[in-house]
Amino acid sequence: MSHVDGNALAGPFSELFAIDITDAVGRCVSCGDESVLARAMVYLSGTDLVVRCSNCDDVLMTVVHSPSDLRLTLSGLAALRVPL
Amino acid sequence: MAIRGKSSGTRDAPIVSAVWKVGVVASTRTETPTGRSIQIDVPGWGGNLAGQHVDVRLTAPDGYQAVRSYSIATASPTDRLELAVDRVPDGEVSPYLVDDLLPGDELELRGPLGGWFVWRPEQTEPVQLIGGGSGIVPLMAMIRAHAASGSTARFRLLYSVRTAEDAFFSEELAALASAHLEITWVYTRVAPADWPTPAGRVDSRILESSTIPASESPAVFVCGPTGFVEAVADALVGLGHTAASVKTERFGGK
Amino acid sequence: MGIISRGFSGRSREHNPDLPPGQFLTTDFPVLSAGPTPRIDTAEWSFTITDESGLVHRWSWDELLALPAEDVATDIHCVTRWSKFGTSWRGVSLDTLFAGIDTKYAYTMVYSYGGYTTNVPLADLLGGKAWVAFEFDSKPLDPEHGGPARLLVPHLYFWKSAKWVRGLEMRKSDDPGFWEQNGYNIYGDPWKEQRYS
Repeated sequence: MSHVDGNALAGPFSELFAIDITDAVGRCVSCGDESVLARAMVYLSGTDLVVRCSNCDDVLMTVVHSPSDLRLTLSGLAALRVPL
Repeated sequence: MAIRGKSSGTRDAPIVSAVWKVGVVASTRTETPTGRSIQIDVPGWGGNLAGQHVDVRLTAPDGYQAVRSYSIATASPTDRLELAVDRVPDGEVSPYLVDDLLPGDELELRGPLGGWFVWRPEQTEPVQLIGGGSGIVPLMAMIRAHAASGSTARFRLLYSVRTAEDAFFSEELAALASAHLEITWVYTRVAPADWPTPAGRVDSRILESSTIPASESPAVFVCGPTGFVEAVADALVGLGHTAASVKTERFGGK
Repeated sequence: MGIISRGFSGRSREHNPDLPPGQFLTTDFPVLSAGPTPRIDTAEWSFTITDESGLVHRWSWDELLALPAEDVATDIHCVTRWSKFGTSWRGVSLDTLFAGIDTKYAYTMVYSYGGYTTNVPLADLLGGKAWVAFEFDSKPLDPEHGGPARLLVPHLYFWKSAKWVRGLEMRKSDDPGFWEQNGYNIYGDPWKEQRYS
């Protein structure tokens, strides 16, 4: 399977956030692009995810599911703006 | 963990829930040689917006679990929702849902999920829907919501399938085709006998002649396999649609 | 744990002594990636080994292909639980590439076109355990499987077999690469089921 998009983040992130992550706007650390996360490119590796900026392809976030925890790395996201 | 119910604010925010709910399969209907629709009763569901999806979780007796996302074909306020699943070759979950699941079986669902790839009846601009294969599913929810709400917004659908028998909801779509829902069928592998155009993939020429033009500023929703969605979205931008007006949902695959 | 789904068993996980724990056997070859597939022209391709002094040993595509290559038949194991038996590759052994190299460092960071990284101890690259592979099933390695060339280190989980490999750098310590920084095991022995950190 090739990549999907940030719509696929809704389920996994519902375990972490009470808001809808797909409708949140993320700012990329690398290129400064601000887009809704639904538009991000998402690469699925089993239950793990790599989320990449739709503008420059750099990594925004990763999600790794181990049996005991969920590890979220947000180092590529400079900011997140969530509609209320 | 916070569980959020319906928003009480002025914006009709989508319901977000992190809890796994148990639904019971009410019925199933064969749609294509590789796909079927599944009607599920989920107590306390409370409805969903057109375009949202659920995660389905299966658990084997030894505790092994598999989770996959499926778009919801309905947008009714009742506790019954409909999914439609296409069997993926060598898939782990879809063969079970298409071939093994029976009425009366329980199914764990998480959702409704996703508030971006959504059509709300309050939207008044024209809407162009473009679906490939099982990508029709969230678009079907939008079509049904449009019909149920009495919305007079112009709706056009372009549905691309390999052959006529690979189309989901073909009877219902044929019945709904009217001035309020213009449908263009594109057959990529084998067209029906007497079809005016030879089989072939959706391209800029077909999009230009069969979809609402950029000059009318439609809201565009494209859904299906990743390769299909990206080729169509690129072509639409090439035809003058702004990237912001084209919403996409990729199902993976080529 | 969720409710049991009647009649669902998932991928066959019957006991097979040739399978590491938690794996299932597949006959296809899933394509999983952390990012888009880079398209590298072999005319521009190179593989480098950089030692601790900063000295860069470099092979162009033609130079790599001029080195003695080996046919490798091996099982491979992916952290996403699929294993594939008897895969056949052709590549240049890391023993051959390291033949003229003097290093006191015991660890490496492997780099790929497109930005992927993974760390592999030097001891796990030598002694007939690793190759720069450019053929799979007697055909040039497909870009979606890592072509023009990928690292092949089959005794570790397959995320260590970096696709689109472009070189490695000697390291004094076992610094974590991409997946290792994000939660995967620093070493990745499938027989000890070392998936996560």
